[in-house]
Amino acid sequence: MNLTAEQIIRLYRSLIRIRKVEQKIEELYPRDEMKTPVHLSLGQEAVSVGVCSHLKREDYVFSNHRSHGHYLAKGGDLPAMIAELYCKETGCAAGRGGSMHLVDPQVGLMGSSAIVAGSIPHAVGAAFASWYRGDNRVAVTFFGDAAMEEGVFFESLNLAALRKLPVVFVCENNYYAVCSRLSARQVNERLTARAGAFDIPAYQADGSDLLSVYEQAGTAIAAARSGQGPVFLECLCQRWRGHNGIGDPGRENYRRSEDLDDAFRRCPVEIFKNKILAQNLAPEADIAAIDEAVDGEIEAAFLFAQQSPLPKKEELGRFLFE
Amino acid sequence: MPWTKLYVERQEPHFDHDAGQAVRKLSYGEAIREALDQALAADPNVYVMGQGVDDPGGMFGSTKDLHKKYGGRRVFDTPLSENAVIGMALGSAMCGLRPVSVHNRPDFLLVAMDQIANHAGKWHYMFAGRVKVPIVIRACIGRGWGSAAQHSQALQSLFVHTPGLKVLMPTTAFDAKGLLLAAIADPNPVLYFEQRWLYKHTGDVPEEMYSVPIGQGVIRREGKDITIVAVSHMAVEALRAAEELAKLGISAEIIDPRSLKPFDEQLVLDSVKKTGRLLVADLSWKTCGFAAEVIATVTEKGFASLKSAPVRVTFPDIPTPSSYVLEEAFYPGVADIVSAARKMVE
Repeated sequence: MNLTAEQIIRLYRSLIRIRKVEQKIEELYPRDEMKTPVHLSLGQEAVSVGVCSHLKREDYVFSNHRSHGHYLAKGGDLPAMIAELYCKETGCAAGRGGSMHLVDPQVGLMGSSAIVAGSIPHAVGAAFASWYRGDNRVAVTFFGDAAMEEGVFFESLNLAALRKLPVVFVCENNYYAVCSRLSARQVNERLTARAGAFDIPAYQADGSDLLSVYEQAGTAIAAARSGQGPVFLECLCQRWRGHNGIGDPGRENYRRSEDLDDAFRRCPVEIFKNKILAQNLAPEADIAAIDEAVDGEIEAAFLFAQQSPLPKKEELGRFLFE
Repeated sequence: MPWTKLYVERQEPHFDHDAGQAVRKLSYGEAIREALDQALAADPNVYVMGQGVDDPGGMFGSTKDLHKKYGGRRVFDTPLSENAVIGMALGSAMCGLRPVSVHNRPDFLLVAMDQIANHAGKWHYMFAGRVKVPIVIRACIGRGWGSAAQHSQALQSLFVHTPGLKVLMPTTAFDAKGLLLAAIADPNPVLYFEQRWLYKHTGDVPEEMYSVPIGQGVIRREGKDITIVAVSHMAVEALRAAEELAKLGISAEIIDPRSLKPFDEQLVLDSVKKTGRLLVADLSWKTCGFAAEVIATVTEKGFASLKSAPVRVTFPDIPTPSSYVLEEAFYPGVADIVSAARKMVE
C-alpha cells in the first residue's frame, strides 16, 4: 500500500479527531448538560476512518446507535453533532434525534438507527437507488456483531446479493452486546462465513489497525463499486468503554482481564502513530500541529453547542410530516 | 417532480354516483392498476415491488402486466423478506425514489413492523425533516372462503396509533385510484389498505390523473337522525343498512372517512351536530380500535351534540375463524348496523 504523506496526514487527522471528540464528551458528560445516552466509539475509531476514507461525498452511509465515529469520518458537521448531544435546536437533528440518531444528508449520512440491524436494509435500498439511477455510488452500513443475530441482517444480505447491489456491509465486531460475549450469543465466531452463505465476498481486518482496515476496505469497496454486487467486511475491534455512558463500571465482571489488557494495549491511535513515526511516513511536527488544530476545532464546537438555543416547546410537533 | 402540475383534485359526491356514459366504469382492482400505470408513466422515480407483482394474476389484477410495460427494473418480484423489503423501500426513498411496496395481506406487515413503526414513521421527525421517506405500502385485507385468523386481519388501528404514518382505506373505485395517486405523490410514508371484496365493485373512474385529497372524508348519503361513520367495506354494509333504516323511518347519514390518518374529524363533528347520534362501523377489533378513536374524538369535542351514547359495530375481540358458519357470526354487517341504529334512535 503506497500512501502519500498527505494521505497519511488526512487519515491521522480523521482518527485523532474522533478520539479527541469522544474524550471531550467523556470529560464533560458528568456535568449533565449532554442529556442523551452516548455510545462512545473509543477503541473502534479506526474502523470508521479506514472505511469512510474510501468513500466519495455522495456515497451513502447508514449508522447505528454508536454513530459518532461514522458521522465524523464521513464528514458530518462537528458543531452540529455536539449541539445535538446538547439537545439544541442547532443540532444535526434539531434536538429530535440525540446521540443515537446523527444525520448529515449533505455528506451522504442518511441516518442512524438505534434498533439493532435496523438500518441494514436501508443501505440495500440506497444501493438500489444508485443502481436504478446508474450513478455508481456505494452504500455502507455499519453494524455490530449482535446485529448479525437479527433476521433482517440475513434478509438484507440475500436481497443485496440477489440483485447484485453495491452494498458494503461493515461489521464492527467488538465481541460484546452490552455485557454478553459473542460466544454466548452465536454458534461460532466465524462471522465472515455468514456472508459466504450468500456468495458475498468477505474481507476481514484488524479493526485496531487503521492501515489494515484501510487496505481491506479499499479492496471491498472497489469490488462493490465495480458492479460485482455486495461485499462484507468484518473489523475485529475493541470497545474500550461500556455499552453506553462513560467509563465501564464493573467491567471485570464480564470481561476477562487478559482481554481488557489486550484491548487497551491495542490502541488504534498509538498503533497508527507509531507506524507513521517508525516508517517516517509523515513528519512528527505535522502530527503535533494536527493535534493542536483538532483541539481548537473541538473547543469551538463545544462552545457553539453550549451557546446555542434550545428547541422551542411550541415546536414539539414540527417535523412530524413533510 | 411532475406531481404538482398533473394533479387535479376531485371529489366523488356519492358512492353510487353514476355519470352515465360520460364517465368510464372500472373495477376497484382496475382502478388501482391504472393509478400505478399512470404514476409509473408520470414519474421515473416511481417503482413497484412486492411478492407476486409480476405473476400472471398480478395481485388480483392490480399490477397485471405492468412489468411488461415498464420492465423488471421498475416493476419486480421480491423475496418474502417483508422487513428487509420495506427497509429497502425506505432506504431508496431516502435517496430520492418513490417506492410502492405491495403486500398480499396486512397480516404479513406484522413481520415488517420494525421497519414500518420504528423506522418509516420516525425517520422524518427523528432527523428534523432532513431526510424524507415518501413510501407507499399497499396491502389487501382478506375475508371469507375460510381465510381464517392469519389471512383476514384488518390492522389499520395499529398503524393509526403509530405517529408519523398516514393510513388510507378507499371504498370505491374512484377513491382507489385517486387516493393511490395521492399516496404516491405524498412526501410521507403512507399505508394503503384495500379490501378483497371491494375488488368486485365497479364505479365511475375518470381516465385522467386525479387525486383524492388525503385527510378528507366524504358523506356517502345524507341523513338527519344518526351519523354512521363506516370504514372501507363497512361503508357498503352501512349504505345497505341506511336503506333498511329508511323503510323504518330513520334517516341515516353515512360518512366514509377514506383517510383514517389524518382523519377528517370536522366532517364527523358537523354531522353529529346535526343528527345527535354516532355509530362507527369499522372492520377491525373493538378494543383500542379506530371506532373507539372516532367516538373518543366526538365525545371530547362534540359531547353537547350527543343525544345518546355512541355505539361501535366492529369485529369481536377474537381471531377470525375459518368455518363459514363462524365467519357469519364473526363479521358484523347490515343487520348489526340496523339493529344498533334502531336502539339508538327509538
